[in-house]
Amino acid sequence: MKKGNLEYVTNGLIKENPVLRLVLGTCPTLAVTTAAINGIGMGISATVVLICSNLVISLLRNVIPDKVRIPAFITIIAGFVSVVQMLVKAFLPSIDKALGIYLPLIVVNCIILARAEMFASKNPVLPSVLDGLGMGLGFTATLTLMGAIREILGAGTLFSLPVTANFISPMIIFLLPPGGFFVFGMLVAASNALAKRSGKKPVEHLGCESCPSRAACAEYSQDGVKEENGDE
Amino acid sequence: MNSLTSIASILLAAILTNNMVLSKFLGICPFLGVSKKTGTAFSMSIAVTLVMVVATAVTWPIYTYILYPKYTYLETIVFILVIAAIVQLIEIVLKRYIKPVYQALGIYLPLITTNCAVLGITMLNITNEMNYLESLFNALGAGLGFMLAMILFAGVRGRIESSNIPEFMKGLPITLVSAALVSLSFLGFAGIGG
Repeated sequence: MKKGNLEYVTNGLIKENPVLRLVLGTCPTLAVTTAAINGIGMGISATVVLICSNLVISLLRNVIPDKVRIPAFITIIAGFVSVVQMLVKAFLPSIDKALGIYLPLIVVNCIILARAEMFASKNPVLPSVLDGLGMGLGFTATLTLMGAIREILGAGTLFSLPVTANFISPMIIFLLPPGGFFVFGMLVAASNALAKRSGKKPVEHLGCESCPSRAACAEYSQDGVKEENGDE
Repeated sequence: MNSLTSIASILLAAILTNNMVLSKFLGICPFLGVSKKTGTAFSMSIAVTLVMVVATAVTWPIYTYILYPKYTYLETIVFILVIAAIVQLIEIVLKRYIKPVYQALGIYLPLITTNCAVLGITMLNITNEMNYLESLFNALGAGLGFMLAMILFAGVRGRIESSNIPEFMKGLPITLVSAALVSLSFLGFAGIGG
C-alpha cells in the first residue's frame, strides 16, 4: 500500500494517463486541441480544478454522506470551476475566448468526477493532491501533444510560430472536427501499441469503470454485450 | 413570418451544421460508449432531447431574470444544480404518472446529469444571446441532432463489428476513425441554416 509520493504523480502521467489509458475527458480533448496553446490552457485549468477539488473532497471524505456524494462532489467541483473561469477571464482573455464554453464544461469533465469518486473520497489529503497533480499533468501533456499535432498538420505552425507553413500547404481538415476524431484515434492506436509492447492490455472501450454513472450504464449496455457474445 | 423562418433555420442549423456530437464534441461518451443497437441509441436520445428542452425551459428564465446582470458568474454552478434537480424530477414524475415511458427511458436518466451536451446547450443558448423561443428550438434541434448522430453511428458500428480490422486499430481507435468519417460527411452541410 505504501507508495512513494512521486509515484502518485508519475502514475497519472504515463501508467494511468487519463486521456489515453483511462479514456476520460474525451469531449474537451477533441474540442479544444486545434492549437497547442489551447491544449495547455485547458490542461492547466483542469489541473487547478482537479487539485483543489481532490483536496477539499479528501478533507470532507468522512463528512459527506454516501448517498448524496455525487451531488456534493459536483457542487464542490462547480465552485472551483467558477473560480478558475473568473481568473482565466480576467488574466488570459484570449485563452478564455479560444476555450469558450468548454471552460465551464470542466464541471462535467469525467476525469475530475472520476478521480473524486475513485481516489480522493478514499484517500488522505496528500496523496489526493498529488494524484490530482499527476492526473492534471497527464491531461495537459496529452492535450498539448494533440494540439501540437493538429496545429502543425492543419496550420503549419506550432505555438503560432511557422514550422512547415512555408513549404507545405497546411491541411485545414485537421483543424476541423473530423481531424480531431482522426488524430485522437491514431494517438489511442499508438498508445495501445506501446502498451502492448510493455505487456499491458490495450484500451478497447471508453473509461466506463471509472464513470460515476457506470451502474446505470452497465444496465443498458448489457444487451450490447450479449449481442457481441452471440456473434462469436 | 420572419420569426418563423429564423426558427426553422435555427432548428436546421442545430440538427445538421452545428451537430452537437459531430461538430461541437458534446456528448461524446454516450456517442462512443452506447451499444450498437439502434433501438437503444433511439431511446437514449429521446431521453436526452427531453432533458435538454426542459433544462433550457428552466435555465433560460433563471439566467435572464435572476442571475443577469449581477450574478452571471454563478451560471456554471446554478445550471449544473438545476439540471441535476430537473433530471431527478423528471424521473419521479415519469415513474409516478407515465409508467410505460419510465420503463423505456428511466435507466438513461441518471446518466444524463453529467452529460456535457445538456449543460453545453443551456450555456450555448446564453452565449449566443437567443431569446426564449429560439433557445427552446435550439435545444430541440440539438437533441434531434444528437439522435441523428447516435442512430447513424449505431448502424456504422454494427458494420465495424463484422469487418476485418487490423490488430492495432481494434476497439477504440477504429471507432474514433469511423466517427471522423461520419463527422466528415456532416461537414457537407456547412452553410445550411445559419
